[in-house]
Amino acid sequence: MKPVAKLSFPLENREVLRDLKVGDFITLDGWLLCARDATHRKILSSLKDRSFSFDFHNQLIYYLGPTPAPPGMVIGSCGPTTASRMDIYLEEFLALGLAATMGKGKRASALRELHRQYQAVYLITFGGVGAYLSQFVQKMEYLAWKDLGPEALFRIKVKDFPAIVGIDTLGQDFYELSSALTPA
Amino acid sequence: MERLTFTEVLEAVREGYRKACISLPEGVLKRFHEALDREKNALARYTLRLFIENQQIAQRQGIPLCQDTGIPVVIVRFSEEHCYSWLEEAINRGIEEAVKVGYLRASVSHPLTRENTGTNTPAVIHYELTKDQTFEIWLMPKGCGSENMSKLAMLPPAKGVEGIKAFVLNVVKEAGPNPCPPLIVGVGIGGNFERVAYLAKKALFREPGLPHPDHQIASLEREIFEELNALNIGPLGFGGKTTALFVNIEIQPSHIASLPVAVNLQCHSARMVKLKLL
Repeated sequence: MKPVAKLSFPLENREVLRDLKVGDFITLDGWLLCARDATHRKILSSLKDRSFSFDFHNQLIYYLGPTPAPPGMVIGSCGPTTASRMDIYLEEFLALGLAATMGKGKRASALRELHRQYQAVYLITFGGVGAYLSQFVQKMEYLAWKDLGPEALFRIKVKDFPAIVGIDTLGQDFYELSSALTPA
Repeated sequence: MERLTFTEVLEAVREGYRKACISLPEGVLKRFHEALDREKNALARYTLRLFIENQQIAQRQGIPLCQDTGIPVVIVRFSEEHCYSWLEEAINRGIEEAVKVGYLRASVSHPLTRENTGTNTPAVIHYELTKDQTFEIWLMPKGCGSENMSKLAMLPPAKGVEGIKAFVLNVVKEAGPNPCPPLIVGVGIGGNFERVAYLAKKALFREPGLPHPDHQIASLEREIFEELNALNIGPLGFGGKTTALFVNIEIQPSHIASLPVAVNLQCHSARMVKLKLL
């Protein structure tokens, strides 16, 4: 499949998100922040007690807890985890300036309105193919809480990382296009 | 009589668990190829090809198929001559070493504090005493994207087969893309509350492609399989004809007052290894 757009994170210009429509196959370059369940709680509590600060403006958070990198490799298997577990944290991150999230699976229908309101997107990448996805990762750097293992905050530098637009800035949901799916 | 040693078991589990994380059972790969022949949807075809390519890369690079290298589920089938008090420790140690040498992810954590045990253990271990001289250890790195979408119902017996079918269909439908379809759908019917969940799990360990030996149950498996694949959930929920890879049912008699049904979902990365040590 041919990608219809390429985005580079963090975005220089957020306006590019307006051109994306649900179901678009796109590729990503640049730096993606990576965090999952415990990391989200840790970020929010650490921002509150001021033990941590970070500019989330125009960034993307990839819901990922990879396997450790074997010697000579940048990262191990690195596919998406289920995004809906992070639904509860999304609005706070959007308010911090976050432009996009990436994971797998459907999100609560209430989040569609949030994406419209904050002009943000949810991207879906391919679940269960973490070995394949590792080919698009060029670097990995820990940012905080390395002791949390797979739940540390880190970032990865990617080139041509594949994704599908799951929720666009109009608040449309890709999975709604499939007749099979019921609301979360 | 040959006795197994702690080290033999530990090493077999270590190598078995590593292997399970980087390779798929042949029967599962075969289903991907068959599905490719059938699917017309471009995104479904693209996704199925990724599954096949992913397995090739995992094998070549020696890295796990999926970053979720599971909560380990283990079934031990043993005869009375091979009852070892150290068995549980040997299994857990084998998995712990597999996590280290195989660069697997440690995902097991305290349920409340969420503190990671760091070893991907303790494993969930089930024991089955057999009459024949055997010693088998079945290993499944069970991903929780699919585990989280699994469900159990205590149906009134009056609901019967139609009630069972409706429940299974609804579980898969509600799960949608989340459990990473196409799925192996493990269905437990009967027993009681805790046994039915085990039956559903055990159903996931069946050799891919084998029907239930009872033709009535096998025909129910086929019916559910066909109805699931008409849902248009498709590979990763992107739409298509391939929502279920297999439907496996296990049954056991239940109380006259109840009809327990459990649905345990297994993702397309349906990893499983059966070690025959004797």
